[in-house]
Formats: sequence, structure tokens, C-alpha cells
Amino acid sequence: MYSAADLRKGLKIILDNEPYVVIAFDFTKPGKGQALYRTKMRNMINGTIIDRTYRSGETFEPAQLEERTMQFLYKEEHHYCFMDNQTYEQTAISEEAMGDAKNYLIDNLQVDVLLFREKAIGVDLPNFVNLRVVQTDPWAKGDTSGSDSKPATVETGYVLRVPPFIEEGELITIDTRTGEYSTRVKG
Amino acid sequence: MTLSWGLARKRETLAARARIIQEIRRFFIEGGYLEVETPLRIPAPAPETHIDAIPSGDWFLQTSPELCMKRLLAAGCESIFQISHCWREGERGRLHLPEFTMLEWYRTGADYRVLMAECEALIRSLAKALQMGERIACRGNGIDLAPPWERITVRDAFARYGGMTMEEALTRDLFDQVMVAEIEPRLGVAKPTFICDYPAERGALARLRQDDPTVAERFELYIGGVELANAFSELTDPAEQRARFVHEAALRGSLGGRSYPLPEKFLHELAAMPPAAGIALGVDRLVMVLLDAAAIDEVVAFTPEEL
Repeated sequence: MYSAADLRKGLKIILDNEPYVVIAFDFTKPGKGQALYRTKMRNMINGTIIDRTYRSGETFEPAQLEERTMQFLYKEEHHYCFMDNQTYEQTAISEEAMGDAKNYLIDNLQVDVLLFREKAIGVDLPNFVNLRVVQTDPWAKGDTSGSDSKPATVETGYVLRVPPFIEEGELITIDTRTGEYSTRVKG
Repeated sequence: MTLSWGLARKRETLAARARIIQEIRRFFIEGGYLEVETPLRIPAPAPETHIDAIPSGDWFLQTSPELCMKRLLAAGCESIFQISHCWREGERGRLHLPEFTMLEWYRTGADYRVLMAECEALIRSLAKALQMGERIACRGNGIDLAPPWERITVRDAFARYGGMTMEEALTRDLFDQVMVAEIEPRLGVAKPTFICDYPAERGALARLRQDDPTVAERFELYIGGVELANAFSELTDPAEQRARFVHEAALRGSLGGRSYPLPEKFLHELAAMPPAAGIALGVDRLVMVLLDAAAIDEVVAFTPEEL
């Protein structure tokens, strides 16, 4: 069990039978009053964000989450299908549980799938993925508009800003934590 | 050896902090106050329901120099101040460090109204010394330091901002919650605010108002939503003080708090203490407010996590 004093950003606890992660936390204590632990928490299944205030002495059940390495197979309707690398078992993850991760899924990408009570609730991506640019306007040489980036669409359909010199067909590295362009992959 | 990157970035802040502390000393010395030092390690902290002292051997690290400073008043000192470290277990947040710096000052023959005027004069003189004029910056807004500052009673603050009466909040055990969520963010926004006359049970060492004994002569100073100082017209009745300590100690026990011995020497000498007013002001938070820092971490050389 955790107590209110254990609350901090990143802590995962169970509330009403669902796993939540603390995304913002502050300890407050009005003059000579009791300690209040103010939190903002995200439901790890449906993404809902809630505000809760706790007092010292309150306790929480830790959320036991399991991680398994899986391979992305294909998408159908509103589900993404993965295969467990060890058991070859297949698992479907809903689009909402995927969150931004769906922007980076290409066939055979290895991801860490997060499971809560045997149910897949999300994925942890590698920090960097390489994706091919399928559409971007050519860079007009001598362009003096001063613009230092332009939109580009990558093979997953995700659109991001890239430097002007990136051309269609090139492979780029994207930082999955920010969703931003990182570097061009040479060769 | 080179300075760590974080510490190098803090150098300017630490210089301003030192300047502020030097100005505080100058302000009180010029005002006729005697600077005192009392022991940091004490056998019996004041039993307060929600303040936990950190044990140090068989004794405790002080949570405030209050009791020792009042014993000095009982011994004949008239105006005293002290800048010292205090420790409170488990307190860590944007505005809290378990070890922090406190400024306390006490004055005989005064009540809490006198301390309000001294707060105005002290903080205005600090702003002047820092060449900030009559306004301090706070998250893009300016706070006007021209006196008089706002004065509001706790009862009126609940009526105006709290969405319920003070009595209702106490009955439903929501006093602190409403204070943190609804009231504090609205205090000291345009001008610094003194919120005064706390419910009697929230001023364990304060004198009750003669014209309304349901409230204590206690105020807190807020600037930009940050609680800076707590002040009382001091309780000088030893029997009443003992009864309140016993009550607070019982409350502490019921909440699972560590028990302390009663501060008997203080209770004994309190009979000799003349009427007085006293105040505790968090120096780290004052530096934060004057420098418009977002967290207390920014104004100390090291946080506990950095040690």
C-alpha cells in the first residue's frame, strides 16, 4: 500500500478498480492546517484526467502493470493487433488506448505493451523511430521567405514539421516523446 | 573542482537572497530590536496538531523558535528577532522544504495590528533595497505595495471566495481544503493581504478577541497567493495555554502523531510574560516572492533531493 506521503509524479495507483498515473502533484499545507496532497491523475485505460485531493493517512493500492515486448502486425477498424514475441499470442489494443503511439506504428515495429490485469491498455514506444516521408513540397531554392520548416506526411499518415531540405522518399528520425523531427537518416 | 551547472545558475539568486537577509537584519536593528539566537535542538516542541518535529537523539529539532523567544520576553527582553533554521517532518512541495529558514520577531506591549504595520514597513523596505520600487512582479502581474494592504477576516474570505460559511467549513471538516483550493489563490493578488481572526481552535498560542471569543487574534500574510507569515497577539495565560497544549497533544495522538513532553519551563515562565505580539515569516518564501521564483527550490542552495 502507498500512503498519501508517497504520492509523486509518475506513481501508478488503483482507483475504482482502474489504474491511474499521477501526472501533477503538489503538497500544500495552509497555515497551521493539515497537509493536503493535490493531484492530477490520468486514467491509464481511457485517458480521462481527474483532480483529487488527499489527506495524510489515506492509503492507495499500487497499480501492478506488466510490460511485454510485442510486435505490431496490422490495424483493423479501431483496433491495433500485436503479437507477443515469446508466446506468439495475439492481442488487440483499442485506438484510444494507443494514444499518440499510433502515429509511429509501422509493420513489425517492436513496442512494450502495458497490461493491467491481463488487458492491454497502452504501449511504450522506443524514444526514436525512423519513418519514411511520403509527401512534402519541394524546397524552392533561393526561397527567402525565412520559413525554416515545412509540413511533411510520413508513411503512417502522421504530419509533422520538417526542415526545408527534406525530400519525399527520405527516411527521418522522429522523437516519439515530443512528436517532433529529430534528424535525417543518411543513406 | 567546478560548480555544478544547477548551482552556477543559482549564483545570482543566492546573491539576492543574501542581500535580502542582510536588509532584514538592518531593518530590525535600526528599529531597536535585539537579535537573539536560541537552541535549534530542544526537548519539547509546542504540541501543534498538524506540525511534526523531527527527532534528534532524545530531543527534537525545533519547528519554530517560538517557545524560547517567549521565555526571553518573560525574562525582560522587549523587542527581539531571530533568523534561524526550522524543521518540519514530511513537508515538501512547491512552497515547502522540511528544513527552511524562519524569521521570527516578538514585541511586548503590542498586538497583532502593530505587526501588520511592521510587515508593511519591512517588505516595502526590502523592495526598496532591491530597487523594485512600490511594485513586485508576480507571474506577469504587478502587486502594489503601497500601504495600507488589504485586510480581510477569515469569516469574510469564506463568504466572498469559499462558497460556504466559515462555520459550515469547520463543521464539515473542509476548512483547510476550501482554504487551499478557493481562498489562498485569491489572497494578495492586487495588494498583499492580511487574512485575520482565525477560528479560536486554529490559534493554539493566540489570544482570543475580547469582543468575539469565537475567533483568535491571529493573521496570516499572503502575497501572490503565497502564505508568508503567521502572527498572533500572544496568549499569556499559563493555565489556558496548558489546557490548549493538552488538547492539541490529544488531537496529535488521535491522528497518530508522535507525542512530545509538555514544555514545562515555558508554561511556568509564561506567567511572567507581558502582553506581546509575535510573528513567524518564511524567509525562503519571502525571497521567492520578491524574486518572482516559481518554486522554493529555486531560492535555496540545495534541496534535500540534491544532497
